[in-house]
Amino acid sequence: MTDYQLSINTTVAISKPELNKLLDVLSGAGYKTIGPVAKNNSLVYEQIEDISDLPYGYETDQKAGRYRLYQNGGSEYFQATPGASTWKKYLTPPRTKLFGLVNVDNKWKEVPVSEIHPKYAFIGVRPCEIAAIKIQDTVLIREDYVDTLYKKIRDELIIIAVNCLHPADTCFCTSVGGSPEAEDGYDLRLTELDDLFLVNIGSQKGIDMVAQLEYAAANSHSLQIENEMMSEAKEKIKDVLKDYKQLPELLMNNLTHSAWEDVAAKCLSCGSCTSVCPTCFCWDVQDVTNLHGTETQRDKVWDSCFNPTFTAHAGGGCSRPTTTSRLRQRITHKFASWVEQHGGEGCVGCGRCIVWCPAKIDIREELNILQEAFK
Amino acid sequence: MENGKPRVAVFKFSSCSGCQLAILNLEDELLDLVGAVEIVYFLEARRLPESRPYDITFVEGSVTTQEEVERIIKIREDSGLLISIGSCATAGGVQALKNYKDVNHLIDIVYEHPEFIETLEKSTPISEHVKVDVELWGCPVDKYQILEAVSALLQNRRPNLPEHSLCLECKALGRVCVTVASGIPCLGPITKAGCGAICPSVGRGCYGCFGPSKDMDLDAFIPILRETTSSPKEAVELLRTICGYTPEFEKAAQMILEEEVANE
Repeated sequence: MTDYQLSINTTVAISKPELNKLLDVLSGAGYKTIGPVAKNNSLVYEQIEDISDLPYGYETDQKAGRYRLYQNGGSEYFQATPGASTWKKYLTPPRTKLFGLVNVDNKWKEVPVSEIHPKYAFIGVRPCEIAAIKIQDTVLIREDYVDTLYKKIRDELIIIAVNCLHPADTCFCTSVGGSPEAEDGYDLRLTELDDLFLVNIGSQKGIDMVAQLEYAAANSHSLQIENEMMSEAKEKIKDVLKDYKQLPELLMNNLTHSAWEDVAAKCLSCGSCTSVCPTCFCWDVQDVTNLHGTETQRDKVWDSCFNPTFTAHAGGGCSRPTTTSRLRQRITHKFASWVEQHGGEGCVGCGRCIVWCPAKIDIREELNILQEAFK
Repeated sequence: MENGKPRVAVFKFSSCSGCQLAILNLEDELLDLVGAVEIVYFLEARRLPESRPYDITFVEGSVTTQEEVERIIKIREDSGLLISIGSCATAGGVQALKNYKDVNHLIDIVYEHPEFIETLEKSTPISEHVKVDVELWGCPVDKYQILEAVSALLQNRRPNLPEHSLCLECKALGRVCVTVASGIPCLGPITKAGCGAICPSVGRGCYGCFGPSKDMDLDAFIPILRETTSSPKEAVELLRTICGYTPEFEKAAQMILEEEVANE
């Protein structure tokens, strides 16, 4: 289709198998293509090489503390809600080396960290996940601090988004300013219809990719179906946090209220919520030496405000010794101090912390309990 | 010190020797290890008699006989730093299952000649008898934690040994939560990390061999364990199998048993 002028915000249609061509185009350009894979009763983000790696014909059922993946005989690749996997494991991996030192002839020399970093193309990024990546950008690429590895990977990242047509009961993106429809922040955005993908172009890279595919102009019928399905999806998401804009003041003015204890009574302090949260970024710095003391390296390692050694200091002190103080830290950071620090909430409403909490804590309910108690 | 290297001993108490094998399983690092320290006593690896004193002493196994009670006191006197390795040494081990039974009855039903058996009523961790400087948990112990402990001690720094729950490690490794996705009972939320989430990595629940994690909450955990197990008996057995003699896991088992009595 050379007579058709592709530009940013153009929507075209491709057949479903044509997604394979897109994967080929991306891997041909040196990108590692990562997407959802059905594995161990969940969806996990892993390298995919073919659309047959995607969770075709799967759906999920989830609530607080429970996730079930099953085949439904359907014909969609992106119906199932993502699992605990987040894209942050690729953008800011659980353990990265900051620098190394080696002792040669009694002199310490720095061992440079490898400049090689992977080029990723993420396939099937949900709108809430794009919002999460944007939030991590504000934390890790700042005027006063840049996480160099994150920035390198981020600069080259290709995002193939997918609109959410089947939001789960645990989804609440619309309660925190989001939408199941991706508006920006992608190179291409897919909407999966029965027999085709509508592809909206979001960047010059997106134009270049689509130009290498067999595509047709999106017809008005398909666009109308897309519209209707998006409206249905939006209606399906429960709007549960109506007063979330008031949360910063309300939470910070009631830090010693006894309601925190009630909410924390259910908490295991296990840290699952922070691990699966796509915006949580806290890290620890650990030094590792070899046996002979001739080599040492400093690593950046995922940490959690629920870790007993989080903010531990010399002499054995810990600024948050109780589950209540840790849970309060997580909630006030997400919904209050984050706003002041980074200009918006630290929550995108993906619902992972609800689903993957073994103790079935539902952040929506807890925020409502706290709001009610503080009024 | 011997040739400027710390003198290291490895002792075995009541145990299966699996943790000593974990040291020998440090295949890629073993030559490095014996280069950095002088292993002066390690019966599982070499036939040399005891040669006290020791700078660093590893102890595998639990205390189950009177002879062992006396031996561990002597070893403590001969040692600079004492590191207990594995769940037997840190918690009493699987043999602490006898702690809940009449030991004489057990001897009668297990042994053909009970008159040959001399044993204490309980299997107890090393720390119940002498001061222990570092505890490395696990059934078996994680060989890299042994390496990390030795490296840290040699470099005079604090070893990186996590105190938090297994959940953090399990999630960082990208494992799928077996409780949430498959309804499998798992002690991960109340168990210390450090093993590499071995059991959840193969779709099984954690059985708590790294012992209780710091600051974990039994009141929050018991309802989850009850829901994922088919009976209180199964829940109690899971808690007691490896590290049941730790105060926290024993308390959890008691909570379930008491609840059961209250329900009857």
